[in-house]
Amino acid sequence: MPEYAPVHAKPHCFYERYERKAELQHQTHYCPGCGHGIVHKLLAQAIDGLGIQDRTILVSPVGCSVFAYYYFDVGNIQVAHGRAPAVATAVKRSRPESIVISYQGDGDLAAIGSAEILHAANRGELITVIFVNNAIYGMTGGQMAPTTLLGMKTTTSPQGRTAAGEGFPIHVCELLASLEAPAFIERVALGNNQQIMRAARVLRRALENQVKGAGFSFVEVLAQCPTVWGMQPVEAQKFVREKMTGTFALGNFRDRRG
Amino acid sequence: MADRGSVELNSEECKGCGLCVEACPPKVLKLSARFNQYGYHPAEYTGAGCTGCGICFFACPEPGGITVLRLAA
Repeated sequence: MPEYAPVHAKPHCFYERYERKAELQHQTHYCPGCGHGIVHKLLAQAIDGLGIQDRTILVSPVGCSVFAYYYFDVGNIQVAHGRAPAVATAVKRSRPESIVISYQGDGDLAAIGSAEILHAANRGELITVIFVNNAIYGMTGGQMAPTTLLGMKTTTSPQGRTAAGEGFPIHVCELLASLEAPAFIERVALGNNQQIMRAARVLRRALENQVKGAGFSFVEVLAQCPTVWGMQPVEAQKFVREKMTGTFALGNFRDRRG
Repeated sequence: MADRGSVELNSEECKGCGLCVEACPPKVLKLSARFNQYGYHPAEYTGAGCTGCGICFFACPEPGGITVLRLAA
């Protein structure tokens, strides 16, 4: 019999079991095909790869990813809606040796938390921010987010978002790239294999920047929300690849090495 | 000749989203006709042709859903 050895397995920095509830402790709470699960895995791989599990502090937001602390076996804080970059600032300044990650969705970061992210970026805090953009409020049932695409139907824009009625989608990477302080800003996506592997490299890079003290690092990940978009997971991935990247151009906006 | 890789899918962690089936370059994964205990059709390996590339591992949203193995040198 040929012998096979594992090359990719569940990353170490996930807990063995998730004690969120009494049953189903081996599954995440995410819907089938959710982009968060993929971003969690890429992030966990990066933490493992850099050997920083023991000094990583993950700041969980409000949104679907609110339960990240049930999954990542690192230091964890869960904070008020949108305030993750402010709390991450405090944690990093009081524990400079720690690696502080602010994990946020688009409703959290681009709406209620738009002030916090803007000023944390403007101060050039030595933190890493991961911004999962699925163009909608997933947890609360599909309301329009600041990043919802024009024409996209949501429960609060049932006729489709219009520029005249609801404004244009906010391009957070471009906005932050207008500031002097950030060291690294890139937008990646989960639309196909190539994009996922690019996202894996960029997330690792954003953490590496913090290990090296390079400065504020920001990664926006265009992700699918199959359930609330009302699509099959594979169809939703296609929507990310073909529609979302049309509004939100992928690419690097800042790369200043420390 | 033995396949270069192999893949183990945790059918009880799988939610049947099918992203791994879509991602697999040699197309050796499929959704099972059977249900797992939560009522999903879990992904399964057809049994031959895996190259051990590992892309299904990254495409899968569940932390421990997929383990990719390669032929020991």
